[in-house]
Amino acid sequence: MNPAILESEEVLTTNAASILSAGPVSPEQAEAWEKFTALPMPVRTDEAWRFANVKDLDLGGYVPAQPVDDATRDELLTRSMGLASIAGRMVFANDQLLVQETLGDSLRQKGVIWLPLDQAAAENPELFRKHFMREEAILGGQKFAALHASQVRAGTFLYVPRGVEIDLPIEAFHWEHGANGSVFPHTLIIAEDMAKVTLIDYYESAVPDAPALACAVNDLWLGAGASVTYVCVQNWSRKAHSFQLNSTVVGRDAHSKSLFAQLGGRHVRSESISHLRGQGGRSDMLAVTVAEGAQEVDARTFQIHEVPNTQSDLLYKNSLDDTARTIFAGLIRVDPGAHRTDAYQKVRNLLLSDEAEANSAPGLEIEADDVRCTHGATSGQIEQEELFYLLSRGIPKKDAQRLIVFGFLNEVIERLGNEPVQEKLRELVRARFSE
Amino acid sequence: MRESRGAPNYEMQMSSLSIKNLHVSIGDKEIIRGLTLEIPKGEVHAIMGPNGSGKSTLSKAIGGHPDYIVTGGEVLLDGDDILGLDPDARARKGLFLAFQYPMEIPGVSNANFLRAALNARQPEGEEIEATEFYAQMYAEMDKLEMARTFTARSVNEGFSGGEKKRNEILQMAMLKPAYAVLDETDSGLDIDALRIVSAGVNALRGPNLGILLITHYQRLLDYIVPDVVHVMVEGRIVRSGGKELALELEERGYDFIKDDITEPSLA
Repeated sequence: MNPAILESEEVLTTNAASILSAGPVSPEQAEAWEKFTALPMPVRTDEAWRFANVKDLDLGGYVPAQPVDDATRDELLTRSMGLASIAGRMVFANDQLLVQETLGDSLRQKGVIWLPLDQAAAENPELFRKHFMREEAILGGQKFAALHASQVRAGTFLYVPRGVEIDLPIEAFHWEHGANGSVFPHTLIIAEDMAKVTLIDYYESAVPDAPALACAVNDLWLGAGASVTYVCVQNWSRKAHSFQLNSTVVGRDAHSKSLFAQLGGRHVRSESISHLRGQGGRSDMLAVTVAEGAQEVDARTFQIHEVPNTQSDLLYKNSLDDTARTIFAGLIRVDPGAHRTDAYQKVRNLLLSDEAEANSAPGLEIEADDVRCTHGATSGQIEQEELFYLLSRGIPKKDAQRLIVFGFLNEVIERLGNEPVQEKLRELVRARFSE
Repeated sequence: MRESRGAPNYEMQMSSLSIKNLHVSIGDKEIIRGLTLEIPKGEVHAIMGPNGSGKSTLSKAIGGHPDYIVTGGEVLLDGDDILGLDPDARARKGLFLAFQYPMEIPGVSNANFLRAALNARQPEGEEIEATEFYAQMYAEMDKLEMARTFTARSVNEGFSGGEKKRNEILQMAMLKPAYAVLDETDSGLDIDALRIVSAGVNALRGPNLGILLITHYQRLLDYIVPDVVHVMVEGRIVRSGGKELALELEERGYDFIKDDITEPSLA
């Protein structure tokens, strides 16, 4: 029995009307829908939405995305260009699975589960229930978490058993196609003790400037000594509303690295929470944003040190051009007793235009002793001397500026420690610049 | 092969970097005050001068740095005035500036940086071929005793003083300028680095390159022997001569020149 995911017939029912007027049908989803409708829309005075242009959050007019036709399907599959060497791949379009390239037999024999979300829920209900949306959205996105829970019908479920290491990355493409469509990608990674895996989500719109709604959740759970690298490239349409709620639970001596590349969307809200729940655990929280035109990219983060001897290291970099806006509000919390916490948080904004606006609000809540917490936010422009150096080598001004911005973002990308993935990210950032 | 020359050649010619009656200000302060100098292609000229004489201002002004305002005069590259050109256009026309303090460009690898510079010199829409590029770069790096790991490192970031200067010469070797201005290339170098950097410059000497060496110390000129030495004081060339002039300066200091010019009969 499927505990929480819409079954195929139910999808059809839901698809029949606007997501904002028709409710879902499974009990869990009905409950989530009720919660969604009951919760108020964010307002300016909400601390969790401070600086955000909440007036831009009107979700009326979005409808469930329709299944794509065969020609579109073929086109999107061709455009799903990931890494050359991968362990597995799924491609979704409008929340419908197009392709599943399963993992090799040896990994399956070791007990690795890599399934579309609905199938995983049906085949592994206990495991699924134990982890599915267990961490609450506590950074202001409760309403959108409820929306996601009520509508989710596609995504990936990855379970890596104890001691299993998957060397090559796994990829999932989520395409959105059609006007005013809405998609709800979900990613759930469970890495048991000493397991190791890298997963990349690509969020893409088929048409770069069609209105769309995307409301995604990605949850990572790391057992003792596990190592998870999670990369999410958000490249939705330039007219999309993008909500993204991430949680990471880091167990004892486990090491999580996540990187969010925010390239697309018009109004982007990203919430990312790391729970340092086991001693010796470490979470690296990375993000790069390329904001241009009238884009707003709103990132809220929470580094929660729940036990002693844990580390978190956050580095977010934004490049802003035109009238783009970014918001960073990040909190480091050290719970009572979480001694010897080592937490770091750094945000850097590179302003390429006088009209761009970067808002930063770092914060600390410390209730333990012997902790080291550092945070800082800086905003600046391209250094004239750096620019002159590149110009003096014959590089034209526009290219020189791009190179400097690229380098600025690449410093974050290089923290991943996986060269093929880094190169892919560089390629995507470069492609974004040359638009 | 470089021809050895007797007396320096002051005749006007088209193949030269020619600076005529140049005036340069930073803010309200005039630093270069009517400087005239010609570096024929194929020659190495050295400018020596005490601190504050305007040596570095000269190099930045030739390169087109926006803070250095040219208030008068001309800079002709093979007969064309380059003062109206943006810095990048000057570079593509064949000018190269080796910086006294090369900038660090975080996150941009040396290889990418060099490729971007070379691609800027290709015809529109064309790029330099990768294999050829790496072969060329490695060959030049070997000459400068630079480890291959430098290609992947961010431009000058975390480089020692000597490594930065070698990197400047690597860029010069790859970009093949017609005229190079080397600003205090010897500063911050130990003797080994000085030897390597000088050998790199000497290897590039030839009939297709004019070099202007800017230096405070005579020491560099033991390694890169100039055809002509100029002495710069207070924004002007006050004396020019052969390489022996550098030795004389070394022996007697800049004061004897200054004494010479306290009664300026600039005729």
